[in-house]
Amino acid sequence: MTIAERQAEIIDEFEMFDDWMDKYEHIIELGKDLPLIDAAYKDEDHKIRGCQSQVWLHAAPEGDKLRFTADSDAIITKGLISLMVRVLDDQPAAEIANTELSFIEKIGLHEHLSPTRSNGLRSMVKQMKLYGIAQAAQQNAQANG
Amino acid sequence: MQNTAAKTFPIERIRADFPLLQTEMNGKPLVFLDSAASSQKPQQVLDAIEQYYENDNANVHRGVYALSQRATDAFEAARKTMAAYINAPDEHEVIWVRGCTEGINLIASTYGQRFKTGDEIIVSHMEHHSNIVPWQMLCERSGAILKVIPVLDNGELDMVAYKELLNERTVFVSVVHVSNALGTVNPVVDICNMAHEVGAVVLIDGAQATPHGKVDVQAIGCDFYTFSGHKMCGPTGQGILWGKRELLESMPPYHGGGEMIDKVSFEGTTYNVIPFKFEAGTPNMAGAIGLASAADYMTSLDLDAIEQYEAELLAYATGEMTKIEGLKVIGTAPEKHSVLSFLVEGMHPYDLGTLLDKQGVAVRTGHHCCQPLMERFGIPGTVRASFAFYNTREDVDRLVAATTRAVKMLS
Repeated sequence: MTIAERQAEIIDEFEMFDDWMDKYEHIIELGKDLPLIDAAYKDEDHKIRGCQSQVWLHAAPEGDKLRFTADSDAIITKGLISLMVRVLDDQPAAEIANTELSFIEKIGLHEHLSPTRSNGLRSMVKQMKLYGIAQAAQQNAQANG
Repeated sequence: MQNTAAKTFPIERIRADFPLLQTEMNGKPLVFLDSAASSQKPQQVLDAIEQYYENDNANVHRGVYALSQRATDAFEAARKTMAAYINAPDEHEVIWVRGCTEGINLIASTYGQRFKTGDEIIVSHMEHHSNIVPWQMLCERSGAILKVIPVLDNGELDMVAYKELLNERTVFVSVVHVSNALGTVNPVVDICNMAHEVGAVVLIDGAQATPHGKVDVQAIGCDFYTFSGHKMCGPTGQGILWGKRELLESMPPYHGGGEMIDKVSFEGTTYNVIPFKFEAGTPNMAGAIGLASAADYMTSLDLDAIEQYEAELLAYATGEMTKIEGLKVIGTAPEKHSVLSFLVEGMHPYDLGTLLDKQGVAVRTGHHCCQPLMERFGIPGTVRASFAFYNTREDVDRLVAATTRAVKMLS
């Protein structure tokens, strides 16, 4: 599935929830199910500091793609992270770099990306894209070199 | 004890004065429990500001025309009102600042110029960042040393340790009157007396004290006192720094500009008298008038009655919230003002706060600009419900119900 297809799938999935409670119940479940980041990467180097909650993010190249694992100390943040990972993990670096992530807004959870929340999520999205940009640039350099 | 102040306190009339309290958040009637961050404003204050701009607006202290005189009179009357609010002996000792943060920075930047290498400044472990960082910056510039009064497990200051910290090198003590994160009311009279015994000067940060009851700077015995207007029903961007006349007069100016000067020439400039020496530039006239109106509003409700009403509300909230399994109150000092900081075992404050928001309950989560204090308690932060005199037992019941539901979802 492409990034766009994965986003569409999540939007569909959230359409069945009418009220905020069911939506958050689902996010909390996703948070609980998120495969944990390897303990070795849950360190200061991989920490994305938020004011409210902390996020750890690890990226590893696999061919032309990037693999992401992540974690957070807050379960709602973790649930939202799991959605980000679901969309961007195992996708071509160049596409990660250039993609527009619209699904968070479409499922009505845009407030969690607001700078006032300061939960680390906004910085995490930025960081994932930066990994994409760096990896894509490296691949280009290798292809041209 | 049950409901004694609540019976006579005109809570319904008071709530009707606050337009924002009539609104909804996330489709639910708003329960506003974040007044320690910033309080809501009554219509009287909003009207005072509007009335100033509609009828009295002109720059102060400069015009020869009647309108400017009226603006100046209103502005200086506001200063007098604020002097009375904290029982300052002389309104010329009352300086308009943007807020508590600016008040502290002003003192660190001006009074602090006399500090030298080896001088000791004392703050406490429960200070807001705004009463830590300006002193750290001053220490970097001057070579002075910052000492910290420890906090006990219940959120009280360790006064024994404080006594041991005081010595002949102590030049300054800057301590919070009421903790924004814990609600602890500190023994400011003792803090001042003990500091004065070694010849140190004391600044009290009153940001969380002036919204909740009577403050009397003469009874406290401090040398400087500062607070923010927006936490006590006033507009944002206006606060007060009070200082003893002889100290203010001995201090160099803070910002340079208009108003703060006596005579300007390229050979040398002389400065205005207090308080104007510290008020460079056009002041926040509407802010001053709005703040004075807030002080009038609160005084009209009787500050002792406010204190009593809020104490009963906090006791009720503490009793009800601690019935929730796993809930732990952070800050259990016997003397507290209107703050209920808590954690629920195994749950992150951010998760709890998010789920409370969805149920129309506005609380604050995080470290409350007190990272050293959170570190002291070994926690990432707390959920903080903070009350004002316009909150009710129904607000508390909504908080309890919303927290119970959130805890169930997160379990």
